[in-house]
Amino acid sequence: MVHSSIPLFWRLRKAKYRLEGTKCRKCKSVFFPPRSFCSRCRRKGEIECFPFSGKGTIISYTIIRTPPEGFEKQSPYAVAIVKLDEGAQISGQVIGDLKEVETGKRVSAVFRKMYEDGPQGVINYGLKFALTG
Amino acid sequence: MDIGIVGYGCYIPVFRISVEEIARVWNTDADSIKKGLMIEEKSVPDVDEDTITISVEAGRNALLRAGIEPNKIGAIFIGSESHPYAVKPSGTVVAEALDLGRDLMAADFEFACKAGTAAIQCCYGLVKSGLIDYGLAIGADTSQGRPGDALEYTAAAGGAAFILGRDPLAILDSTLSYTSDTSDFWRREGQDYPSHGARFTGKPAYFKHVISATKNIMEKASLKPRDFNYAVFHMPNGKFPSAAAKTLGFTKEQMAPGFVVSRIGNCYSGSSPLGLSRVLDTAKPGEKILLTSYGSGAGSDSFIFTVTDKILERRDKAPLTDHYISRKRNIDYGTYVRLKGKLKE
Ligand SMILES: [Zn+2]
Repeated sequence: MVHSSIPLFWRLRKAKYRLEGTKCRKCKSVFFPPRSFCSRCRRKGEIECFPFSGKGTIISYTIIRTPPEGFEKQSPYAVAIVKLDEGAQISGQVIGDLKEVETGKRVSAVFRKMYEDGPQGVINYGLKFALTG
Repeated sequence: MDIGIVGYGCYIPVFRISVEEIARVWNTDADSIKKGLMIEEKSVPDVDEDTITISVEAGRNALLRAGIEPNKIGAIFIGSESHPYAVKPSGTVVAEALDLGRDLMAADFEFACKAGTAAIQCCYGLVKSGLIDYGLAIGADTSQGRPGDALEYTAAAGGAAFILGRDPLAILDSTLSYTSDTSDFWRREGQDYPSHGARFTGKPAYFKHVISATKNIMEKASLKPRDFNYAVFHMPNGKFPSAAAKTLGFTKEQMAPGFVVSRIGNCYSGSSPLGLSRVLDTAKPGEKILLTSYGSGAGSDSFIFTVTDKILERRDKAPLTDHYISRKRNIDYGTYVRLKGKLKE
């Protein structure tokens, strides 16, 4: 099974490797994943690149015990919705001791292997979250 | 204008396995192994960590200390014997993750455990020649030892990154190498684990190269061991660098700050670079550092650095080496086997 096409992953790698989102210069709204259109200012919006710091807070999480293909070695693992300090919310895997994963805990982004398309396929890298507090 | 290290950073995975725990499984004598190797425990990478992820974290810390825009970096060279891909440079992924831009020289280096210091030499040469303003050199590994083999007690994971350029926190005064065709340790393409010539690894290999390179650089610089505040040698275990230091005339006090092996094991291409990183964490302006790496096959790179006052303003901009050494979680052999993927399906 192939999880993502190589061209799609390639286009998204700025977002996946560096949490590069966008920001509307007019109303200061931030977007992740990056959007090229401000939903508030509509056509008057001015969108620019915006790198997130990767620091945030867990607002909800779940433990995955029956992982999809390619993630078996990592199971069980936590997936959380993280509210980034700059505003946007994103979901991502939380590494570390599962017993310590809790709503309200502080996290920061770390660079890890996401999954491999089998032993002969591409290795996909990206950001996960590590507990910091 | 002086050229040298403008920023440095390191990364060590959080997991550790003790010599006792490995010895328990193989029913060997932990105390004599610990004494013989001078190692207590070693670092182990998580399932989702490899040379690329370690290089990204170490490189990010080096950029924080250097305080330069990432796109000012003109070259990235990563030295490792555990590049995740046989064909596709680790540096391409690391450069993208660190936002180094596209106007960039990149190549992966291989020379057993000295590929990281070879990367430092190349960056230094490119900066000195004026071809680039800054170069990023990284030594990182997630080393493998065959289950039950002596290497299993020592083969560890970690890395350090150095940005070479002008206005350094440590001036690179001098560097040279010593190279010969010596087959002490090797791994053929496609093999999971390396082979080694057991007792052959000592005298004609490690000691011959480390001692020759170190003597040559001291002679060239007209310096004696007592002229240095610190000495770092490649640490395949604790015993080899300690013996080399003794032969050369360096003291335990000069060795102690860079002697990271007893608590994290042998990080291969990351070994002596991690030692240098820990020395820079406490070194004072004006102090002199001697560094000699070793790579099987075989060769040694020697360096002389002089610390500048820039160290004082840059040191605390990223986590210190001891942050990563003391931030740890001990695991049992079962977890270790699962993390390292040693069981074949
Ligand atoms: Zn707007």
